[in-house]
Amino acid sequence: MERNVYLYILIMAVTTYLIRVLPLTLIRKEIKNVTVRSFLYYVPYVTLAVMTFPAILESTQTFFSGLAALITAWGLAWRGKSLFTVSVSSCVIVFILELLLC
Amino acid sequence: MKETNRKLFRSGMRDGIPIGLGYFAVSFTLGIAAKNAGMTALQAAVTSALINASAGEFIGFTLIAAQAGYLEVMVMEAVANARYLLMSCALSQKISPSTGLLHRLLIGFYVTDEIFGVSIAEKGELKPAYSYGVISMAAPGWTLGTFLGVLVGNILPLRLASALSVALYGMFAAVFVPPAKENRIVAALIGVSFAASFFFQKLPLFSGISSGVKIIVLTIVLSLAAALLFPVDRAGEESGKDGISGEAVK
Repeated sequence: MERNVYLYILIMAVTTYLIRVLPLTLIRKEIKNVTVRSFLYYVPYVTLAVMTFPAILESTQTFFSGLAALITAWGLAWRGKSLFTVSVSSCVIVFILELLLC
Repeated sequence: MKETNRKLFRSGMRDGIPIGLGYFAVSFTLGIAAKNAGMTALQAAVTSALINASAGEFIGFTLIAAQAGYLEVMVMEAVANARYLLMSCALSQKISPSTGLLHRLLIGFYVTDEIFGVSIAEKGELKPAYSYGVISMAAPGWTLGTFLGVLVGNILPLRLASALSVALYGMFAAVFVPPAKENRIVAALIGVSFAASFFFQKLPLFSGISSGVKIIVLTIVLSLAAALLFPVDRAGEESGKDGISGEAVK
């Protein structure tokens, strides 16, 4: 039996939406528990760090341009540059390095 | 009040531009995956507009290509996107408790890695107007990139795709580096996260684990460990931070 692509899409969409929206709509108060609060305070940093490394090294054509992008982003962010500047600068570094290397 | 909202919306748009660019590059490859799964450009674009999740969509396209069961698709989708549950919990504490249901339903629709990242980086409470600004710039890039990916396949030059692919990671760094400068514990935690993520990927024992599962396992384990070892309480967060940053400056 041929399955319906739009039904697949609907199932994916509903499942994903419920995961995203339930905590936001159900947790309406400030959480008082210190451990839970601390856990949620650390969650973003761990998640973002885990997603960034080592993936950034593997996303570019060469390992070195990925590493250069990470160092550039880290250095600029450390100096308090804006999200836009940090992000675009790391792209530009990769583009220039790969012009020279590849 | 109106004026503030407009300002917030604009600031959101500014932060949304790099997200949109990065999304465009990433979703382009997603479109190619959809095409390989036998989907039309419209079907792929609808998927992207509704789901906004790279790993979840990749898995979905693979399962659709295999004509997998509907229940299987549901379970895999839930596993691949489980991290959004945690992000949504964290965001529930970042928005004002008085935020209305409609705002919550809309913000919830766009809990993605990147939009979550910039939302958490906002000073103080997260206001819906800011989120909508980000979404207005980011969401079209995702859907359009997927659509074009199906239509024109590999037309984006490799060099450009490669450069654009780090946009999202650069953005993540812009979110987690400044707090690391202020707070030694966050800095150490990021170092540990890097190392753990690296080993998870390289050790043969774990290499079969999908990246979605890896992210959620490491997030829970490491954040919980940090919460138990170094609790932050509301009142202490500010003063504690000052104390720690004083140390960090040497």
